[in-house]
Amino acid sequence: MNHSPLETTALFHIGPVAITGPVIVTWAIMAFVVLFAVAVTRRLSLLPSKAQTVLELFVGAIDEQIRGTMQVEPGPYRALIGTIFIFILLANWSSLIPGVEAPTAHLETDAAFGAIVFCATIFYGVRTRGLSGYLATFTEPTWVMIPLNIVEQITRIFSLIVRLFGNVMSGVFIGAIVLSLAGLFVPIPFMALDVMTGAIQAYIFTVLAMVFIGSAVAEQRQESSTTPNRK
Amino acid sequence: MDNTIQMVSIFAAAMAVSFGAVAPALGEGRAVASAMDAIARQPDSAGTVSRTLFVGLAMIETMAIYALVIALLLLFANPFVK
Repeated sequence: MNHSPLETTALFHIGPVAITGPVIVTWAIMAFVVLFAVAVTRRLSLLPSKAQTVLELFVGAIDEQIRGTMQVEPGPYRALIGTIFIFILLANWSSLIPGVEAPTAHLETDAAFGAIVFCATIFYGVRTRGLSGYLATFTEPTWVMIPLNIVEQITRIFSLIVRLFGNVMSGVFIGAIVLSLAGLFVPIPFMALDVMTGAIQAYIFTVLAMVFIGSAVAEQRQESSTTPNRK
Repeated sequence: MDNTIQMVSIFAAAMAVSFGAVAPALGEGRAVASAMDAIARQPDSAGTVSRTLFVGLAMIETMAIYALVIALLLLFANPFVK
């Protein structure tokens, strides 16, 4: 068991850029999602086909989750949140294809997602409240809390990254260990558990991203809820 | 004794996982017990309770996973081992 789960080996090089396995799987999933979305949404009609109905159901479910968690209209957040969820779900489940290792089982992919969530938190916070308004949230409840609030911004992103990485990687790792101990069909229950863990972790990552972004834009919500005619 | 650091690291990795699993196990036990209690009282809400339970369990389990990540860091990416 000399293969470290924390390292990736380059498959081949394009110029100075090393291409690793997770990169290829990531791009394959991205291409799949984009082509699927283009293919289904090319002929949208008021009387939906089967694929369009499924897609509308899915988008509706994501909207409902955003509305429930963030208490805002889902419009500006649907694309980011939905993409994060669909991509992580497909990435976690891609390990079911023989020979493919889930890209989320490597720290780099999860770190990229954490960086996206971190930047999105700042972006939506600044866009909703303005720069000074967003910076003012760091002084809540008092200015004594400023260092603690700044540290919290960073540590929660780290825990988000390590949570996704650890869960998916431990699934892969346990599968490898069980496979080295016992034969062909024994790891199947573990893989089934992996499918469930992958779905739950995709959901948790998305919900936490929603909570982080929601807390950055939260004050605006309280202001708007005091105005009677806005919904 | 050239490989003292390796020996200590392996021991520390085992300790990290074994003790790091204790508290999440207790927490998960409490969570499942409460969920069973809730379902027994209100069988109608079994769907909601079990859905929330799964998400909560995954959150608690993450604490043990953190310990596992630390253990794997010690084993595979130990900064003190060349």
